[in-house]
Amino acid sequence: MAETNLRFRDDEPHEEPAVSIEAFLGQTNATAVRIEAGEDARLLLPYLDRLALIEIDFPRFRDGRGYSSASILREAGYTGELRASGDVLVDQILFMRRVGFDSFAPETPIDPHALERAFERFGYFYQAAADQAVPVWKLRHG
Amino acid sequence: MYQYDKYDQSIVDARVDEFREQTARRISGALTEDQFKPLRLKNGLYLQLHAYMLRVAIPYGTMSGRQMRMLGHIARKYDRGYGHFTTRQNIQYNWIKLEEAPDILADLATVEMHAIQTSGESIRNLSSDQYAGAAADEVCDPRPWAELIRQATTFHPEFSYLPRKFKIAVTAAEEDRAAIRLHDIGLKLVKNDAGELGFEVYIGGGMGRTPFVAPLIRSFLPADNLFSYCAAALRVWNRWARRDNIHKQRIKILVHDLGTEEFTRQVEAEWQEILPLGTDVPRVELDRIAEYFAPPPFESELSDNVDRSDPDFAVWLDQNVAAHKAPGYAIVNISLKPIGGIPGDVSADQIELIADIAEQHSFDELRATHAQNIVLPHVRKDRLYAIWQVLRDAGLAEPNLDLISDIIACPGLDYCSLANARSIPVAQKIATRFADLGRQRELGELKLKISGCINACGHHHAGHIGILGVDRKGTENYQLLLGGSGAEDASLGSITGPGFSEDGVVDAIEKATNVYMRERAEGERFLDTYRRIGMAPFKEAIYG
Repeated sequence: MAETNLRFRDDEPHEEPAVSIEAFLGQTNATAVRIEAGEDARLLLPYLDRLALIEIDFPRFRDGRGYSSASILREAGYTGELRASGDVLVDQILFMRRVGFDSFAPETPIDPHALERAFERFGYFYQAAADQAVPVWKLRHG
Repeated sequence: MYQYDKYDQSIVDARVDEFREQTARRISGALTEDQFKPLRLKNGLYLQLHAYMLRVAIPYGTMSGRQMRMLGHIARKYDRGYGHFTTRQNIQYNWIKLEEAPDILADLATVEMHAIQTSGESIRNLSSDQYAGAAADEVCDPRPWAELIRQATTFHPEFSYLPRKFKIAVTAAEEDRAAIRLHDIGLKLVKNDAGELGFEVYIGGGMGRTPFVAPLIRSFLPADNLFSYCAAALRVWNRWARRDNIHKQRIKILVHDLGTEEFTRQVEAEWQEILPLGTDVPRVELDRIAEYFAPPPFESELSDNVDRSDPDFAVWLDQNVAAHKAPGYAIVNISLKPIGGIPGDVSADQIELIADIAEQHSFDELRATHAQNIVLPHVRKDRLYAIWQVLRDAGLAEPNLDLISDIIACPGLDYCSLANARSIPVAQKIATRFADLGRQRELGELKLKISGCINACGHHHAGHIGILGVDRKGTENYQLLLGGSGAEDASLGSITGPGFSEDGVVDAIEKATNVYMRERAEGERFLDTYRRIGMAPFKEAIYG
């Protein structure tokens, strides 16, 4: 597991190593799980209240399956740490934040200045997502 | 037509800033080409054979005179004085420098235009009926919904790294002028028995190397739930599409692999998960958007009479002018298919001239069509003759709409790095062979479409006559297809047999049209005759 060097949570980092979905479903006491691209995040929905960390892997930054996995988990009410790992690049982190990722374990370091600009650049978003952004249609109509 | 408010403008401006910074990081080497490629593609910037190509979005094909004039400015300042209208109602420029691309996007943003999501694995620019708001046969103007979807799909965080590109079309008329069943999602506005608006939803159509006509997935989707349903389909596809073979990652393959019934079940189940989240844009926002598409202030009491005494004008009138829903008005099609020209190409001077006409005579509105022509949607009939004279003098009055020389062609091997064969010279030779207008009109509606490779940007599968350029042992070879249609009677063409040389395919087409002339029954188009008598007589004439 790569080192988590970007974290947008106030709680203490969760130290337990994440297990695979298969291992998680076969035991009862794990609190951290890792989802590979192509695995079904919905399998975790019955157990969200006892999970503290869900890590979603991006084998290639162009593989967008993890965005749907994250959306599904947040829509289902998951509030624990949601970590993106693997081929995570600065140009994708804004959207990853929007679908609910709040920690990142990139394979290669992220340029903090480019990241800061990426977060500041867009003042408005058209859609509601897992972040706090108010969609433009709602701003228009109060 | 739609106008940006501060939110829309802010988002487009931010995108320009973002792309300027990304381009600078690429030029400095901070971004590798592999990392930069999807970013530039999401801004419409391709690397082609000779230079970068920039594809500019014309959402659902609608634009103002001011926007059109900007397209001419870009052609002149950053390209070689011309642009090329595409089969997705966009325009592309073929001679772009990477370092100037951010400046072009900044210029576009000053007239509320952009190149967002015009390529790459994203939700592309929406297409629609070029007669929207003017057609007599529509239940209502589909463009408010198109604009709603444009906004909802712009920078959608979940759907920005999709398995492949994703194309949506929206229409509201009985006649399908947007080829909706050859899209990833095709939407047709209808009214149910209670008089409520909703959509017929078709999913899984497309061309490319594995063409499909989209099956009907839902016969009535309440209009207010348009986006949540699209999102459900997108999510099912994003999660479960293959990711191991770029040629098998489109939604049509998933629909085919799962079967229509199972795919529909999964989309409906996903929709039930998404629906309670309340992500659909409320009716009040649709109403806000719809105000921009209110009908222009048509004058009443206008005459429907047109003086047909000039025979050349009368031919153009019959061929290129369509019925308008308002009395005294007409829809004018400007053909970008002069005989021997490059289909869809237009010079900066012509662009500016068309912009002037639109401002003076069409309530400042223009449409780009998927057949690579331009439409003036709202023209007073008593001005048609004067407009025709101006168009004629600019080489823009070819009276060949929907005739054999109104050819759709991709840029082909003259520009495109994916192409196997040239498309443009074939189109030019066919148009020249059939240049005689009397003969073209005798042949009637005949949609001829040429692609320079299997990716089918020239819609060859949907041509009454289709041509596919392939590479056969290092030489260009052209396969001939018959019987396709992108209209409401959508169908895929069938290959006649072995391919031809460039001149050989022109001869083969002529033989096919001779069969039609010999066999046609009263009132039949080429396509109708083909469907009635089948491939055999054509094959015999072509190869016998």
